[in-house]
Amino acid sequence: MNLLEVRGLEVAFENEEGDDLVVVDRVDLSLKAGKTLGLVGESGCGKSVSALSLLRLLPKPTGKILNGSILWKGNDLLTVSSDDIRSIRGNEIGMIFQEPMNALNPAHTIGRQVDEVYITHQGLDSGQARVHTLKMLEKVGIPEPGIRANEYPHQLSGGMRQRIVIAIALACEPDLIIADEPTTALDVTIQAQVLQLMSELQEQSGASLLLITHDLGVVAQTCDEVAVMYAGRIVERAPMRRLFEFPQHAYTRGLLASIPSLTGPIQTELPVIPGIVPALADLNSGCRFAPRSSYAHEQEWLDVRAPLVEVEDNHWVEDCPACRRLNSDALS
Amino acid sequence: MDKLLKISQLKVHFPVKGGIWMRPVATCKAVDGVSLEISKGETLGLVGESGCGKSTLARTVVGLNEPTTGEILLDGQKLGDYSGNFGKGNRKRVQMVFQDPAESLNSRHTVGQILEEPLVVHKKGDQGERASRVKELLNLVGLPLGSVTRYPFEFSGGQRQRIGIARALALNPEVLVLDEPVSALDLSIRSQVINLLLKLKNRLGLTCLFISHDLSVVRHLSDRIAVMYLGKVVEIASAEELINNPLHAYTRSLIGAIPQANPNVHGKFSVLSGEVPSPINPPPGCPFGYRVGSRFYTESIGQSLDLKEFSPGHFVQDCPCCVI
Ligand SMILES: Nc1ncnc2c1ncn2[C@@H]1O[C@H](COP(=O)(O)OP(=O)(O)OP(=O)(O)O)[C@@H](O)[C@H]1O
Ligand SMILES: Nc1ncnc2c1ncn2[C@@H]1O[C@H](COP(=O)(O)OP(=O)(O)OP(=O)(O)O)[C@@H](O)[C@H]1O
Ligand code: SF4
Ligand SMILES: [Mg+2]
Ligand SMILES: [Mg+2]
Repeated sequence: MNLLEVRGLEVAFENEEGDDLVVVDRVDLSLKAGKTLGLVGESGCGKSVSALSLLRLLPKPTGKILNGSILWKGNDLLTVSSDDIRSIRGNEIGMIFQEPMNALNPAHTIGRQVDEVYITHQGLDSGQARVHTLKMLEKVGIPEPGIRANEYPHQLSGGMRQRIVIAIALACEPDLIIADEPTTALDVTIQAQVLQLMSELQEQSGASLLLITHDLGVVAQTCDEVAVMYAGRIVERAPMRRLFEFPQHAYTRGLLASIPSLTGPIQTELPVIPGIVPALADLNSGCRFAPRSSYAHEQEWLDVRAPLVEVEDNHWVEDCPACRRLNSDALS
Repeated sequence: MDKLLKISQLKVHFPVKGGIWMRPVATCKAVDGVSLEISKGETLGLVGESGCGKSTLARTVVGLNEPTTGEILLDGQKLGDYSGNFGKGNRKRVQMVFQDPAESLNSRHTVGQILEEPLVVHKKGDQGERASRVKELLNLVGLPLGSVTRYPFEFSGGQRQRIGIARALALNPEVLVLDEPVSALDLSIRSQVINLLLKLKNRLGLTCLFISHDLSVVRHLSDRIAVMYLGKVVEIASAEELINNPLHAYTRSLIGAIPQANPNVHGKFSVLSGEVPSPINPPPGCPFGYRVGSRFYTESIGQSLDLKEFSPGHFVQDCPCCVI
């Protein structure tokens, strides 16, 4: 059984006129225990909103989950009581946000912020909590935890702060960690440290990881499976290697081809995906990538959404015959 | 080849203020003795971690910061005396493109006004000539001519960066300084702008200083690459040589840390430990050896750590703990 199984998740924001703008459109995701799932896509495609929905943390009152189910160990998180969801947030699912400064309270020492997790979620007194806190700080690689625990967030570097956020997320020993762009604000060298730390800790604890990123390099180096999101939808899902070796969707192939690398030719034109990501207000109901694809589309594909089909074991892609034809052209 | 831009022994130090009177209590050595030369038509890439002084260097080259010591020469001429009228004649020959297109464009002006402004300031042409130059610029960066009457917020991030590039090109500069021009852009848009920069560079014969923290992007656009660490250049070589044969331990760590979008290629070097020391209170010896706790660190104390030509065109710091 999957630890997490998201089915048909549909999320909207109400605009000033009172209309619902759908930003996450019938998304399916699944994650097995101990595995890492990468959710990739460009800015605004709905990654963070999907993650917030899993924990029912959408901004109120504008953010709404219209449809779908989020099965966590078999229970639908969308129907459990608010007490239950709070306890799951604290004890079973940990969250790491993109900007560590927003996740930390600038007025409290970092020691106190980690203590709080042990006090509220495990019922320890402050003395016991501090013992655990110091161990946890050491685990996430904070030098001299005894001294650092008494410092405030602004006294730490970005990399150190992100380690504190990770410590807080891990303190409750979660079964799942949702990390929303945990390293995007960091230097590559510090990113490598943080990614290595996360994978070590994940190995020790057996937790699953939902890793949101727009960096396909990070995906290739850390994930077991990948879901590619475009304009509110998952257009392709696959075991990580297969996504890189055998990408199916025109968008996935376009993205993979357009990244400059350390080994490819230099000072030559990169393949590009023409056009821009469509604005929320002008989304068509059919394939949302079609307006940017080089293929001459029949109206049908712009109007009708193709379901995902399994093209090989555990590899799903929007079932558009046109896209497949493009594929076979490219392969022949 | 002619050296068009010459930066020699440049230091840019900022006072750090503190205490209740906000008096200078220390010095932040953001750029601390950098010498670089860029030939006509060449693109020099500049990489390094956050805070190493890349933007400070860039801003000094275009006259937004004053050098503490050292000088910047364009075609052998000083780039200005920094006394208010920063090298009037020379200034327009060097232009800058900023990281965040949204912040660097005046949101209350139309694209037409934004592109015309530098022409007005430098009294170029009459109204008709300026209008046709604006059209030319839009064409050059691939924006529709109808953009003239629209405002920056009506454009996507990639299009706004095109506007920023067009504005920098308005006065036909010889040198373009680009500070992280594609970092804020979406994945599928980034490659479009990279291609545009390549095209402009070739078509206009531009000389560029291209700054980015993304070595893959820098490699793609640059002829040579300089690696900066804590205010100093530690290594400089042709793009291919630097990537394939890095000599400085820092360059190697930087390359090894880049996650490659290929599951069969892993970082070649172990994860770097430690963090960048502060430019306010740097260690006495080699700051990188200090950071990683090199066992030869003490040998670097008191050394000048100047750049040395290791093989033709490949310069690296003469450091006993980082180049072994
Ligand atoms: N509070 C909100 N009110 C209205 N619209 C919102 C709100 N938060 C997000 N949106 C919209 O929902 C869409 C999805 O946003 P989301 O933050 O999930 O994107 P993302 O994929 O995480 O992007 P990024 O990579 O930039 O973080 C966007 O178009 C965004 O404008
Ligand atoms: N105007 C200023 N006054 C005081 N200190 C400054 C000023 N500008 C920059 N600094 C300091 O100089 C150092 C170098 O900063 P700089 O912005 O040049 O780094 P950078 O390499 O561009 O980093 P990033 O990759 O984060 O943009 C930093 O320690 C910064 O805090
Ligand atoms: S070929 Fe099909 S799936 Fe591919 S972009 Fe066009 S409509 Fe979309
Ligand atoms: Mg997001
Ligand atoms: Mg900068």
